This record gives sequence, structure tokens and C-alpha cells, in this order.
Amino acid sequence: MRIYADNAATTKMSRAAIDAMLPCMEEQYGNPSSLYALGQRAKEILEKSREEVAAVIGASPREIIFTSGGSEADNQAIRSAAASGRKQGKTHIISTAFEHHAVLHTLEALEREGFTVTLLPVHENGVVRTEELVSAIRDDTCLVSVMYANNEIGTIQPIREIGAICRERGVLFHTDAVQAVGHIPVDVDRDNVDLLSASAHKFGGPKGIGFLYARKGVRLTSLIEGGAQERGKRAGTENVAAAAGMAAALTESCSQMAQTASRLIPLRDRIIEGLREIPHSVLNGDEQLRLPSNVNFCFEGIEGESLLLLLDDKGICASSGSACTSGSLDPSHVLLAIGRVHDVAHGSLRLTLGPDATAEEAEYIIRNVKEVVERLRGFSPVWRDLSSGKRPHIL
Amino acid sequence: MALYSDKVMDHFRNPRNVGTIEDADAVGEAGNAKCGDIMKMYFKIEDEVLADVKFETFGCGSAIASSSMATELIKGKPLSEVEQLTNKAVAEALDGLPDYKMHCSVLAEEAIKSALEDYYTKHPEKKKQ
Ligand SMILES: Cc1ncc(COP(=O)(O)O)c(C=O)c1O
Ligand SMILES: [Zn+2]
Repeated sequence: MRIYADNAATTKMSRAAIDAMLPCMEEQYGNPSSLYALGQRAKEILEKSREEVAAVIGASPREIIFTSGGSEADNQAIRSAAASGRKQGKTHIISTAFEHHAVLHTLEALEREGFTVTLLPVHENGVVRTEELVSAIRDDTCLVSVMYANNEIGTIQPIREIGAICRERGVLFHTDAVQAVGHIPVDVDRDNVDLLSASAHKFGGPKGIGFLYARKGVRLTSLIEGGAQERGKRAGTENVAAAAGMAAALTESCSQMAQTASRLIPLRDRIIEGLREIPHSVLNGDEQLRLPSNVNFCFEGIEGESLLLLLDDKGICASSGSACTSGSLDPSHVLLAIGRVHDVAHGSLRLTLGPDATAEEAEYIIRNVKEVVERLRGFSPVWRDLSSGKRPHIL
Repeated sequence: MALYSDKVMDHFRNPRNVGTIEDADAVGEAGNAKCGDIMKMYFKIEDEVLADVKFETFGCGSAIASSSMATELIKGKPLSEVEQLTNKAVAEALDGLPDYKMHCSVLAEEAIKSALEDYYTKHPEKKKQ
């Protein structure tokens, strides 16, 4: 059996996306900035894609900028809000400890440029507490950036409440919705969002394209200078095919969102229930407030990379927050942020189901994870010390 | 291109000399759970020769394969040769490791050194010069 259970890393492109892209490469290959008909047809496809993308998040097309993906959208959103803040003498930014590095590293760069950053804790359940946001907001706060759903542990944040608080306090609100858009309902008006990032390859679209939503009136600074594309906010000849693919994938995943979620949630919960039978294991992130596709566990006494390699041998593609999978000495900052100690964080496993996951696959995953964990524990000196009582169990 | 060579994957999938030795003459350990890799080596020594060696490892594919290969390289060898084993030799015998994984093979060398130290602490008279 072959199971791709790493859909938070990237997804297989949907048929609808491929079908939308091919004609842009084979026939409508013009430059959208050219005045002849071939160029103008490409322009039409680009603008139709923008309308489709805008429609699913309740935005107007003029509020959508196509970017190279989620990372660029995060960078541009934060840089833009910081630049506006600086003009008003506001240099304080609030975010959370478990954001994607596209957000965290941009904030670190801004700190070196004189900004002050407060990172809200995310607690053991991986959810921000709005009362902590309220007390963190200062008179010089120019931006709050909180991700819609976490990419590792799948926890969904109280975005609507956070948006309302920011609106009331007159602070710009950005959300990295890369893991949410196309998977759970997102609406920029209902959620009081000013800036939002999304990425096509997380919902069946192509890699290398995403979008930034910026509410009318929110000033954007461009990261890439050189042309008038994207209303002067993002220079470079537009990737028309990718925009068309993103729009098709998003429209399709949103039209099937409710059915997909109601199919995936029982499968997710079955896997959680199955993996809980492994002694000294723990589910990471809130059990209810989580994406329909996300399962994330820590298993004591084993290391994540070897777990992934053995699962790969069984045909299961998954991911881990262990240090040895990241190439650094520290395990995932997300697991550390929810209070997992290093020893335990190294033994993490993330499974993110695709829209076509089946009950049979869920059982196969449970069976094989159990077997592989047992096998690795069989020659782990850490597990030996834990089971002999020489070292106390943490989980 | 795969992350690891076929040799690494072979030793990772079918590690040689896995386990413990009940009445080991020396035990060595390297690494810690905080950094993500721990290796433990058990030595049975007869007439200054490594008669048997077993290992246990908590760690990544590279750490497990390095432990396995290291035990193959030292098993049956006189202690004077066991002492000489370097992480470079382990990595070479595995047809190389990715650069950022070299530290995992260092642990094998360290675990062996730690076991030898344990042995010479228990038997100071066996240490030369
Ligand atoms: C939450 C989150 N933000 C940002 C990104 C970056 O997106 P992209 O790969 O499109 O740059 C990702 C994907 O890795 C993500 O999961
Ligand atoms: Zn390692």
C-alpha cells in the first residue's frame, strides 16, 4: 500500500488545476501586459482567476495580490504593516510562538530594525488565549499576526475573536491562513481580517504561487520592484498558468469542503484513537480545535527520523518535528512552544490526510505505526531506561 | 537522489549486533536525548580482544546505521585497533553520510571510546604505558 499522509507539506495537484493550467501553456501563452489579443486573453484568465480566489474568501478582486507562495505573502503582509506602523511611530508587533518561520524570521529581521515583538504563548493545547492578546496590545502596537491553523499540530485559532479585538483597538490584523484556506471556512469580513496569506500547493494547486489578501485601504509595500504588475505591488510577469491552476483547485476544494471534512474527521479521530493505544504517547494539539486532516503524536523513547524512514518502507509518507529531520540540533519550535521537552519532541510524528483518504488506509497507518514504534523501542537505550525505571516517564 | 546511500539504508533496516550483553566487561554511552541521538555500546573482552559487541541506539537513520557499521568494524579486533576507529572510517564504510549528519557518526566513535574508558577504569593494569 502507498499512502501519502503529508498533505500539510504539499498536496498532489487536482485534476481541475492541471486542466486549467494546460491551455495557458499550450495556447494562451501571451504576456498579460501585451496589448494584442493573445496577451489580453492571458490577462482575462489572470483576472478571472483573481475573481475566483477573491470570491471564496469573501474579498473583492482588487484586494488580491498574486505572490510566489505563502512565504512571500507572509513577508509582504508583515513588512507592509510594519512600514505603515513606523510612519505613525508605532513599532510594536504581536504574534505567536508557533508561527511558520516565514513569519518568525521576518519578525526577527524587524526586531533588528528597531521593532519590538511580543510572542503570545500557545499553551499545551496549541491555542492562543484572546485575553492574553487583549493585555498584550499597547498604544504603539501596529500589527497582530496570528496563524489561522498551525501547520504542524493543526490547531485552529480563534481568528474571528482575535479579528474583532484588533478591529476594536484599531490594530491591523494579519493571519497566515496557508493551512486553512481550502480546508476550513475562511471569510475575511466575518473574521475581521486585514491581511491574509495563502498558498496554492496546500490545496491541490501548483507550487510556487499563492496570494496575499489586503483589505481595501491597507497600504502594501512591494518586496519586488520592477514593473506595474499586480497594481505595482509585485513586479514580474505573472504566472498565468499557476494562477489559473490555483483558482481551479481552490474553487474545487471549497465546493467540496463540507463533504471532505465530514469524511476526514472520523478517519482522523480513528487514527488518534488507534495511536493512543501505544503506551507513553501523547496527541499534540487540541483534540477538537484541529484541522480535519491533522494527527500529530509524540512517542517516548524513539526518534522521529528513523520512524519516518521505516514508515516510508511501509509505503507511508509522513513527517516529524525531530531535530534530525530538520538538520538542526533543536526539535520543532512548535512542539517546544506547547511545552514538549526536547527528549519527547524528537519522537514526533505528523500525519496529514489527503481528501481521498480511506478507512482501510487509516487502519493500515495505525497498524504500521504501532509496529514501527515497537521495533524502534526494542533497541532504544532511552526506552530501556524508561521501562526499567532508571529514568522517569514524561508521557 | 536518496537522502542516504544503499549501505546506510541496509544497516538502518537490518542493524547488525543489536542488543545488550548481560555480563558485559565494559559499557559506553554517547550523546543525550536532548540533542536527539544516544548510543550505548556493550563490550565482551577476552585477552585484550573485542570478543563480542552489541549496541542500542535512540536516534536517526544515520545514528543507527553508524552504530551498526561501527560494531562490524571493531568486532573481533584487538583493543589496540578498536581504539583507532574514527567516525570518518565509519562514514566511509557506509559510502558516505550527508554533511549535516556527520555528527551522528561521531557518536559511534565516542560510544566506543567511552566503553574503552570504562574498561580501563575497571582494569587500570591493562592500560599500556
Ligand atoms: C503555515 C504556513 N505558512 C507558510 C508556509 C509557506 O508557504 P510556501 O511554501 O507557499 O512558501 C507554509 C508551508 O510550508 C505553512 O504551512
Ligand atoms: Zn542524527
